[in-house]
Amino acid sequence: MRIRVTALLALLLAHSASAETIAIVDARLVTMTGAGNIQRGTILIRDGTIAALGADVQVPANARVIDGRGGVVTPGFIQADSSLGAVEVSQVPASADRATHSKRASAAFDISQGLNPDSILLPISRLGGITHAVTTPLYDDRPDRALQFAGQAAVIDLAQRPHMVTRPRAAMVLEMGEGGAERAGGARGVAIVELRTTLADVRHFAEHRAAYDRGEGRPQALSRADLEALIPVAEGRMPLIVKVDRASDIAEIISIAREEKLRIILDGAQEGWRVADTIAAAKVPVILDPIANLPRSFSELGATMENAARLHEAGVVVILKTGSGVAHRARELRYGAGNAVAWGLPYDAALAAITINPARVFGVADRIGVLEAGRTADLVLWNGDPLEPLSQPRAIFLEGTEQSLNARPLELRDRYRPLSR
Amino acid sequence: MKEVALVLLAAAVLAGCAAVTQPPARAPYADAAIYAGRDSYRSTYQRPAADRIALVGATVFTATGDEIEGGTVLMENGKIAAVGAALPIPTGFRTIDARGKWITPGVIDAHSHLGAWAQPETVEMHNDVNEMTDPNTAQVWIEHSIWPQDPGFDAAREAGVTTMMILPGSGNLFGGRTVTLKNVPSATVQGMKFPGAPQGLKIACGENPKRVYGRRGRSPATRMGNVAGYRKAWIEAQDYARRWERWEEGDRAGEPPRRDLQLETLAGVLKGEILVQNHCYRADEMATMIDIAREFGFKIRTFHHASEAYKIAPLLVNNDICVATWASWWGYKMEVFDAIEENAAFVHASGGCAIIHSDDPILIQRLNQEAAAALSAAWRAGIPIRKAEAVRWFTANPAKALGIANRVGTLEPGKNADVVLWSHDPFSIYARAEKVWIDGGLVFDRADPHYRRHSDFLLGQAGETR
Repeated sequence: MRIRVTALLALLLAHSASAETIAIVDARLVTMTGAGNIQRGTILIRDGTIAALGADVQVPANARVIDGRGGVVTPGFIQADSSLGAVEVSQVPASADRATHSKRASAAFDISQGLNPDSILLPISRLGGITHAVTTPLYDDRPDRALQFAGQAAVIDLAQRPHMVTRPRAAMVLEMGEGGAERAGGARGVAIVELRTTLADVRHFAEHRAAYDRGEGRPQALSRADLEALIPVAEGRMPLIVKVDRASDIAEIISIAREEKLRIILDGAQEGWRVADTIAAAKVPVILDPIANLPRSFSELGATMENAARLHEAGVVVILKTGSGVAHRARELRYGAGNAVAWGLPYDAALAAITINPARVFGVADRIGVLEAGRTADLVLWNGDPLEPLSQPRAIFLEGTEQSLNARPLELRDRYRPLSR
Repeated sequence: MKEVALVLLAAAVLAGCAAVTQPPARAPYADAAIYAGRDSYRSTYQRPAADRIALVGATVFTATGDEIEGGTVLMENGKIAAVGAALPIPTGFRTIDARGKWITPGVIDAHSHLGAWAQPETVEMHNDVNEMTDPNTAQVWIEHSIWPQDPGFDAAREAGVTTMMILPGSGNLFGGRTVTLKNVPSATVQGMKFPGAPQGLKIACGENPKRVYGRRGRSPATRMGNVAGYRKAWIEAQDYARRWERWEEGDRAGEPPRRDLQLETLAGVLKGEILVQNHCYRADEMATMIDIAREFGFKIRTFHHASEAYKIAPLLVNNDICVATWASWWGYKMEVFDAIEENAAFVHASGGCAIIHSDDPILIQRLNQEAAAALSAAWRAGIPIRKAEAVRWFTANPAKALGIANRVGTLEPGKNADVVLWSHDPFSIYARAEKVWIDGGLVFDRADPHYRRHSDFLLGQAGETR
């Protein structure tokens, strides 16, 4: 029994913040705070948090020193629209928990429950400097099942430990535009009416819950679980991620959100630049894929590489992502950010778009997204500019614990390493 | 001469109406055996107007393994005239100051579906890439699906892509014939066809064909069903080729054998005129495909995707088979679960022909970045590959895979002047193509809005001025 307790304790310790004091010295520190970039600084990690950082930090004698010369320390990156933890092989349904075709669950689908911390995608994504992700439900439409909401997204960490959820139920996911119209029977006008109807139903349910419990409520299209899940959305407490691309669709949902007092986050927004001032004035943040520059649909005819730069220029809070519901390619986030820079987004804005901006928008800025004394130590030491493919992470810390730089593909690599010519 | 005339006569008989409406010019493949199918669908590509140009002062990656600091590239008559450090500029050359910039050969994508699955790609009517009506559709030619107004061509050109092979999809065992295109604006696909480039045959291994047909309750439903399907087709192709050979050896007396479009393609492979472009992910399946090629006496030119090439790199090198792959794509299905970022580097380090390809209208715009990700993985693994060598992954090596290495892919005197001038080191994420030449003619200049050519499709639409 004692042995078992000891083993359990050891396990717990292994997964809790490291007691070790670590000093990364002589690195460029990209803080994402008012302190800006510190050209040759030291960052001290103790008890899982950043104890100190700056140009003149004293390194304690007992500290393990990591030489950061020529390197860059950034906050861990946040992949803002992922399936991480909810999929292993895309075409193996049994390995995926990112969408449901249940007829009973739409808004109620809570992706934070049932995630897999042993997913091999987590350490692989970590090697792209990603320490956190917003794992977001996808739709799984069937001929007789096309429900309004995809479900609720969660902020997770990539430390591969049982408690991987940083913030459950961080946002609700709704697709409007072409996808929403199709789900509503083929027309945007129906999707919009249905959204307003749903919000009215949810508010009625919230006000008359006791009557519903007595079986006296009015008939509802949504299940009770869906209605419950939507109350915080209708009350403006939970942000609603709205997937939408066409300029007119963006303007329309912003106007609906104003009337209905919803907190929305635009996702996709390929034509966002065409209504940038409207988005900025409404203070609506935008999640976008910076390299999606093709007119993939009639809603994306204005797609351009300069979308991120133009939205930022207009004063919009921009968050960068990779594709849609990305999993295996989540590690490419930094390349997308680099491309956005090449197409006019200021460098610091690109880094903010994969750190502090998603942290703020998803309500976890008190824990992640910046380098600051007293904050949780979620950070990456790079051997060069983190947005360059030729750079690689040298050390990754999550809550002050150094993460393995190994991953299954690297084990395959080492098994088949070629003899030199 | 007599033989050419005979072939033309036969062509006129067999081609019927086409022979009446088209001048009886010598077909590019007039020397091809008749059963292989002549290229009646000729290229009408016109070389763009070409200046005499000297690019001076750039870092030049020649894709022959050299990196020249302060290099000069001379283009004349649509060809590379000279490449070297601090070359004297002959009179009559217009000098472009390229100091602080980089130069590579035009980017070549060995695997694209541009035009055949055109933007807007979510519009079903634009998907003409997969003739999934039978596991063997060797008779279809992807060039007959290509819409030259695909906005993806423009985006790729603006990213330095000068040549690409367009393939049919991978739903069938035999998907059809490929076509190699020059990335020039054109109202017809004929105007883009790379003159003289061989066609390829798309073959697909693994999950796709067995899934497509297995679900319909027909063969192939398994990998062994795939292999039986290939072998049955090759047996028929051998028989077909023999019938034509007998007719030819008999001085073409009597009625020729009846043409069969499907078998013509396969017979063209057996004769070595059509290159096998084989979609195949797993190491074990690639080895089986090599066995099939040996059984029927043909060559596989390239394995595409080939995520497990790193497990059998020496086998692929010994069989002189190129590997066209990605760095970052993996895990979307079982057969790509073992993909590693070092795949291209392992093939390269084993002495093989490694290629970074796209298979995607977004990725085709940054093959240089994908190569950088592959190179970075190599360096992380301690494999010392120089940038000057890795540049071959998206230039010289795809040229080899497409059978056009004598014309494009490197910056060597006499090669076609397909050239990209980059703003930064092409292995940097910040690099953008600033100027692009095809056959010495400027086809893109970022500084000149005239060259931001938008396809007819986007004309007059929202976002036209994007």
